[in-house]
Amino acid sequence: MTIEINALQVRYGARTVLHGLTLSLRPGRVLGVVGPNGSGKSTLVKALAGQLLYAGTVQFDGSALRPKSVGYMPQDVQAPAALTVLDVALLGRIGRLRLKVSAQDLDAVQQVLQQLGVADLAGRYLGELSGGQRQLVFLAQALVSEPKVLLLDEPISALDIRHQLEVLHVVQATTLARGLCTLMVLHDLNAAARFADEVAILHEGRLLACGLPEQVLTAAYVAQAFGVEAEALRCQDGTGVLVPRRPSVPV
Amino acid sequence: MLLAALAALMVAVLLDAATGPARLPLGAVARAVLGQLVDDSVQAIVWSIRLPVALMALAVGAALGLSGAIMQTILNNPLASSYTLGISAGAGFGASLVIVLGASLPVPEAYAIPLNAVLFSGLACAGVYLIGGARAATAEGLVLAGIALLFLFQALTSLLQMVASPESLQQVVFWLFGSLQKSTWSKLWIMAAVLGLSVPFLLRDVWALTALKLGDARAAALGVPVRALRLRAFVLISVLTGVAVAFVGTIGFVGLVAPHLARMAIGEDQRGFLPASALLGALLLSLASVASKTLSPGAILPIGIVTSLIGVPVFIWMVLRTRRSYW
Repeated sequence: MTIEINALQVRYGARTVLHGLTLSLRPGRVLGVVGPNGSGKSTLVKALAGQLLYAGTVQFDGSALRPKSVGYMPQDVQAPAALTVLDVALLGRIGRLRLKVSAQDLDAVQQVLQQLGVADLAGRYLGELSGGQRQLVFLAQALVSEPKVLLLDEPISALDIRHQLEVLHVVQATTLARGLCTLMVLHDLNAAARFADEVAILHEGRLLACGLPEQVLTAAYVAQAFGVEAEALRCQDGTGVLVPRRPSVPV
Repeated sequence: MLLAALAALMVAVLLDAATGPARLPLGAVARAVLGQLVDDSVQAIVWSIRLPVALMALAVGAALGLSGAIMQTILNNPLASSYTLGISAGAGFGASLVIVLGASLPVPEAYAIPLNAVLFSGLACAGVYLIGGARAATAEGLVLAGIALLFLFQALTSLLQMVASPESLQQVVFWLFGSLQKSTWSKLWIMAAVLGLSVPFLLRDVWALTALKLGDARAAALGVPVRALRLRAFVLISVLTGVAVAFVGTIGFVGLVAPHLARMAIGEDQRGFLPASALLGALLLSLASVASKTLSPGAILPIGIVTSLIGVPVFIWMVLRTRRSYW
């Protein structure tokens, strides 16, 4: 159940944003996508989620990737003021919802809300929540759809450090347990190093590097992609950490 | 909550049937409504005149509340309603065409005004959809198209008023004010049937409409066919508004405010929001009908004037007193 992305090209009018990306997502593994602003990360996710037209092919287990197989958490989501957390999470299962929500659907949603630590917010309106709490609700929506492919666009950008770790653990564990093909856009290179099985660096709409975190998140690639001088250190547990020093040459 | 709403509706209908130029005791009216033996004149007044009016107030109020709620949902705009986006104005222009110029489809005179009103409300809806959706049927484009058509139809109706004879002018103005007094049982059944026919559509699309509150892109990503859903909703709005306006004239405020009140009470899960908007619309118009017969003793004020005079201050008060932001 691998996703094969081949020569993916996306254009906004005359401007080409993604120049023929070729990537693979494997079941049970998280692909972290990093890159500077405007490098095409969100465009990649939107194209895979069926939100944008593209050239090239995206094959899931040998056939075209269908939106039904995808759990997608966008970067910017309109937050309607008068829908409850439970309503929004339930919409992740929209294809099977009836007028009266079944106990099975309700249980599935409540379990995910519990897992993400927002079960006590279930009856609250989305408009009353903080940005980080909303982000957790939309992550819950993506997870309750029981997808085969999980696409997360900056899922931790509005979260405090504790919630960042919790969410990343949930994503990692769910990916492994359900055998999902997960693609997660991240700005935090160290989070990518720690929670992604593989990392892809995008730069100006092209794939600069893709592979194991320790092979890709190197000082050289970081300088090339972000224009930042960084030092790659190793923790006692063996995980790599990048310490940015200062901007180097302009990107 | 549902039981309370239904009880309130029953009380409102009873009050509506009990008020009018001929003073009837509430007890006698209640007995007549329940089919018990009462004086023949009471029986005749209640069943031939007042009940059709009282029940039409409920049906039209429900249709306006429901169409306003659907419109606010599909356009994601709290200012949207058939009245503010030109659908009612289109119907008004269609009716005025018949009254002033006698221009209508070849149908008996009694049906010419309602039929033209329905036709032009459909045209207004189609106009909003086609102009607003010329590039992509986004909510913003549709709202702007609706506002443009509102001004267009108002201008055209004013033009007709300028060339109208004094008798026609009076008829147009009265029609544009809105009135429940020409309600009959046959018109009531038509309105009720249209309301009933809208239920299967709404049951089918209730979750898709809820998803639309997350924005077009998100709804599409969840598998909602956004354009097709909007088109179906527009057809439904056009029929609900067209038939309502055809029978009672243009009535503002109800389609705008009933959804707001429903949203404040139970949120925007469309499973509750749509029926609540219909119930509140019915209640508002029913109470307005009572007020129209009691504010000025011996006279019946046009219902459209009453809904605005009473409803707008109440609405502003409700908006100011709530601390939550719902839109």
